[in-house]
Amino acid sequence: MKPFIISCCFLLISFNISAQDMSNLVFEAGHPSLSEWILPDQPPYPEGNKPTPPRVTLGKALFFDPRLSGDGNMSCATCHNPLMGWSDGLPTARGFQSKVLDRATPVITNTAYNNLQMWDGRKKSLEDQAMGPMEATVEMNMNIKSLFEWLNSNEEYKAMFAKAYPGEPIAAASLSKAIASFERTVVSNNSRFDRWIKGDASALSKAEIEGFKVFVDPDKGNCAVCHSGNNFTDDGFHNIGLISFGKENPDLGRYAEVPLKLMKGAFKTPTIRDIEYSAPYFHDGSVATLKELIDFYERGGDVKTNLSPNLKKLTLSKTDKENLELFLLSLSSPKKAFLLPILPK
Amino acid sequence: MTKNTMIGLLFCTLSPLSLLAWGETYEVGQKNKSFTKDKLTIKVGDTVSFKNEDTFFHNVYSLSDAKFFDLGSFPKGESREVVFDTKGTVEVECAIHPTMKMTIEVQ
Repeated sequence: MKPFIISCCFLLISFNISAQDMSNLVFEAGHPSLSEWILPDQPPYPEGNKPTPPRVTLGKALFFDPRLSGDGNMSCATCHNPLMGWSDGLPTARGFQSKVLDRATPVITNTAYNNLQMWDGRKKSLEDQAMGPMEATVEMNMNIKSLFEWLNSNEEYKAMFAKAYPGEPIAAASLSKAIASFERTVVSNNSRFDRWIKGDASALSKAEIEGFKVFVDPDKGNCAVCHSGNNFTDDGFHNIGLISFGKENPDLGRYAEVPLKLMKGAFKTPTIRDIEYSAPYFHDGSVATLKELIDFYERGGDVKTNLSPNLKKLTLSKTDKENLELFLLSLSSPKKAFLLPILPK
Repeated sequence: MTKNTMIGLLFCTLSPLSLLAWGETYEVGQKNKSFTKDKLTIKVGDTVSFKNEDTFFHNVYSLSDAKFFDLGSFPKGESREVVFDTKGTVEVECAIHPTMKMTIEVQ
């Protein structure tokens, strides 16, 4: 039995190593060559912040509590709304007093699997990111000193923090850890595609499997050049040729963090799991539907200045495009009711 | 200026160039969105050749004080070389795929 297990492990490793060579993939339900797309149930978490139930409960309350904003009317969930695919359905976000912001609200679905956070990757973890919107005057615009005075005087929150992070002060570090713990529960890995990858042959239709082939084929959809791995992202940064980059003083994206020419107009590859729930698409919200999105990539982007070298014009038949869209729709986990938290008084 | 002095000056001028010219060349691959080495120790004057072994474009850059460079983007099968001329620790990354990191110790 032991040699068999070792052989199986070797087989899996071999397939993983060569997975970028698409010719090695076998498009059959549960085939080991597809194992790199299996997303673990539990996202990684940093040392010292295991997402225990008290931490998740506290984080959920904080995430939905509008009293964490300057006007007392915006919570994290105002933009990262579970009713709108954990985004807001808007082309770009609305911040403090409904000011239109420059970038779309990124979904938080599966963001716990990312190595960097934000469209430009400027935050290294969910913990690192959590205070940002509260501190930003154009977003939640919260007076941080007042926030922690209030939390430290609220008996229910005090009890929740004590249970979640015993011995730790109620401060930015513990609040950030709690919100991050809640965000690590927003996971999509129960789509029909997931069931097919794990061996349920009935989970995908023939057209959807053909769409998956288009997705991974560098000579067809070329999608997996960026949307790779089990969370359908390379955690990378690409200028994909959006029309907004051709405007005057465009958003330079990743260039602000890594000042190399290649990074001008480059933004993080988002996951495409649950993509049907989070239109409009891209960091500028410029594409409304999946059909438009596929057409955009078929053109090889609109603005060619500083275009990512990994992008190219595609040659897709009508059937290829239809199948690709069907495949993208198969990446949605079933919708389920979301239970809101009971906020402390 | 005596003949010996001239020879001495010529030697002093050329010796750093000679060191660079005679440095070793090390190869580092970029494969499966990783550098094939996490850490590399080299000497001043050595060259590192970075080869893209993936099917898509990679980049190699460093913003370290000991060596600041950007090799742009290049496809599968192509290589780019860097000569390391200053002692120190050089953090090397791919800008396109920032999970790709390695360290070069220049001694």
